[in-house]
Amino acid sequence: MKQSVFLGTLAATTLFAGVALAQGTSTLETVKARGELNCGVNTGLVGFAAPDASGNWQGFDVALCKAVAGAIFGDASKVVYIPTTSSDRFEQLTSGKIDFLIRNTTWTFSRDTDLKMDFVGVNYYDGQGFMVRKDLGVSSAKELNGATICIQTGTTTELNLADYFKANNMTYTAVPIETNAEGEQQYLAGACDAYTTDASGLAATRAAFADPENHIILPEIISKEPLGPAVRHGDSAWGDVIRWTMNALIAAEEFGITSANIDELATSSQNPEVQRLLGTSGELGKMIGLEADWAKNAIKASGNYGEIFAATIGESTPIGLARGLNAQWTQGGLLYTPPFR
Amino acid sequence: MNTSTSTFVRTEMLPQQAPPITEAGAVKWLRENLFSSVLNTILTILGVAAVAYLVMHIAPWLSRSVWNANTLSECRQIITERYGEGATGACWAVIRERWPQYLFGFYPSHLYWRPVLAFVLLCVAVAPVLFDKLPRKMLWFSLVYPAVGFWLLWGGSVWVPVMALAGFAIGYAAARIVKPLAGTIIATIAAVLAPVLWWLFLAGPAADAMQSILPVALQAVRSREFGGFVLAFTIGFTGIAFSLPLGIMLALGRQSDMFIVNKLSVGFIEFIRGVPLITLLFTASLLLNYFLPPGTDFDIILRVIIMVVLFAAAYIAEVVRGGLAALPRGQYEAADALGLDYWKAQRLIIMPQALKISIPGIVSTFIGLFKDTTLVVFVGLLDPLKGITDAVRASTDWKGIYWEPYIFVGTIFFVFCFAMSRYSMYLEGKLKTDHR
Repeated sequence: MKQSVFLGTLAATTLFAGVALAQGTSTLETVKARGELNCGVNTGLVGFAAPDASGNWQGFDVALCKAVAGAIFGDASKVVYIPTTSSDRFEQLTSGKIDFLIRNTTWTFSRDTDLKMDFVGVNYYDGQGFMVRKDLGVSSAKELNGATICIQTGTTTELNLADYFKANNMTYTAVPIETNAEGEQQYLAGACDAYTTDASGLAATRAAFADPENHIILPEIISKEPLGPAVRHGDSAWGDVIRWTMNALIAAEEFGITSANIDELATSSQNPEVQRLLGTSGELGKMIGLEADWAKNAIKASGNYGEIFAATIGESTPIGLARGLNAQWTQGGLLYTPPFR
Repeated sequence: MNTSTSTFVRTEMLPQQAPPITEAGAVKWLRENLFSSVLNTILTILGVAAVAYLVMHIAPWLSRSVWNANTLSECRQIITERYGEGATGACWAVIRERWPQYLFGFYPSHLYWRPVLAFVLLCVAVAPVLFDKLPRKMLWFSLVYPAVGFWLLWGGSVWVPVMALAGFAIGYAAARIVKPLAGTIIATIAAVLAPVLWWLFLAGPAADAMQSILPVALQAVRSREFGGFVLAFTIGFTGIAFSLPLGIMLALGRQSDMFIVNKLSVGFIEFIRGVPLITLLFTASLLLNYFLPPGTDFDIILRVIIMVVLFAAAYIAEVVRGGLAALPRGQYEAADALGLDYWKAQRLIIMPQALKISIPGIVSTFIGLFKDTTLVVFVGLLDPLKGITDAVRASTDWKGIYWEPYIFVGTIFFVFCFAMSRYSMYLEGKLKTDHR
């Protein structure tokens, strides 16, 4: 009888296994059939992806999930947020548990080629920086020779740090840490002179200190960290949906389309590209396999790129990031979307 | 000759004197227990100094606790206002604000009553197992509880758990019908095979059919909405409940003379014990996806539970084997002499003694299993210790908070593990029959 209990549990599991979806269909068809978008996000990163007290996900990356759901279903709430860790995120994507990955993941050569992923764009240009205590009397990363530095293991930041110190003929002692929260503790406890991670993370960390005025972020940015959404290799149609949803958000900012005036512009705008983007004229939606008002719904989800930035990580938030590289190309930044034509 | 009456013998008793100060009361206790030698004196002083140091550093922090605030900066502001510039204090407000998230994860808030009810019923179901003074009829509820708990937690059609339970009835019926016809061995095989076939092929359609005839259903809750202590308890208690019987079977299998049963048990136990739990969890969450047909949604919590059960069962098997090995050979021979068959001998003579010896080891394994549930964070499930805490820290309101969530979650785990430990001591005392 006891044996049958065990076999029973094994067998009962199959009861609850879901319906196997037909193989070979494109991701877009699968997502449409499922009626929900499985969005792989960070388990928690300030400003980028975090659940609030009632469990609603919010943040810069999360906003793109909502926009994509808006583009596909016309309903930004049809997203299932699947928290992924830095160690299982790529497997979650390749095994099909998530439809696309938007988890502040750096676009690198090896990830794009060797890991068989397709990065479809950059939604945030980040770079690695240093934070030190003011009383250390250091004003440039070049003066950090011989310093002890807290660094997260197994990340690109660890490799960047080694490269940078080698290139500048300096030495350092690494204090390995596991998570950002642990790094803050170590740094505050004086276990290391400097703390290094992505500049966006540094700003958020410093803002959370009891005495932010006693810490400075050094001006040097020692690496390029283009963060962007990734999809599986080999499904270009699905990659297009993510890429152009993101481009639509960027274009909306460029054209001055906001969540407030979008309905008005959709009917009254005389700009042909705005008309095409919002589906008032042309057949862009049909070409990408979505409704005519796909971009309109994507922008409505949480606003254009600038609105999302301002609401989640911008200067009015506690994180207080400036637009910097993430400004429109017309403002000296790198955001430059191909034309909607 | 009657000379002097002076004598060396006292005729009246002296009044009692107080014992020497070093031989009584607190001084004696101190001398004997704390200052009995130079080394012990030094150790005592060092120990007291260490405790004092810890208390001096932690007590002020704890005494400046703040319970009512909405953000970490608000907490800090309150502490500064109350205790002056530069004071630090504990900000328990984070627990207060995120309390539902720590308990239920992302479980829909209007359905919180379901995990609560499941927990209350769990206590009812476990009580007769733990305390033999309670009416034995309650054990029937304990047997049905896994289905009830499943239905309450995950919701969906009531017919799914009912049909799963029906499998056991079918197995029992098959054994009863086949036994007079074909003998014990065939009946055992039928008792295993019939329910498996039922679960694999018939239970699903039957549940659907019953649902269409008599729809009774709770709102379904998906596994990824589980989190916090609901997740830890679900995995922990299911793991405990299923790993014990499986572990006992494995221990018996390892002792068995039957070649295949023996070698399979040994191979299983040694393999599972030789692999870290995290490896098994990663296998469950990632590797299985490559083997299963694409699109199959094999529930992640169920996969984790299966791995945890297998892992704990391998350890239990070795603990129980230790208990079996401790029994004198005469016990086995006595059982044989009474003419008991294998299962009766195990049930009536061997296991009660072996399990009694194994209680401390079994409970240690259970405590370990319960705490290991926090490892599910590595497969993207939100365990209370790190998953929920990281999620809480990722909000701008609570970024920078560090010790308070750990202390809170650690305390809850301590309460449950300590309770398990005390229960095992109570059980050992109750079952004690020797005179050592």
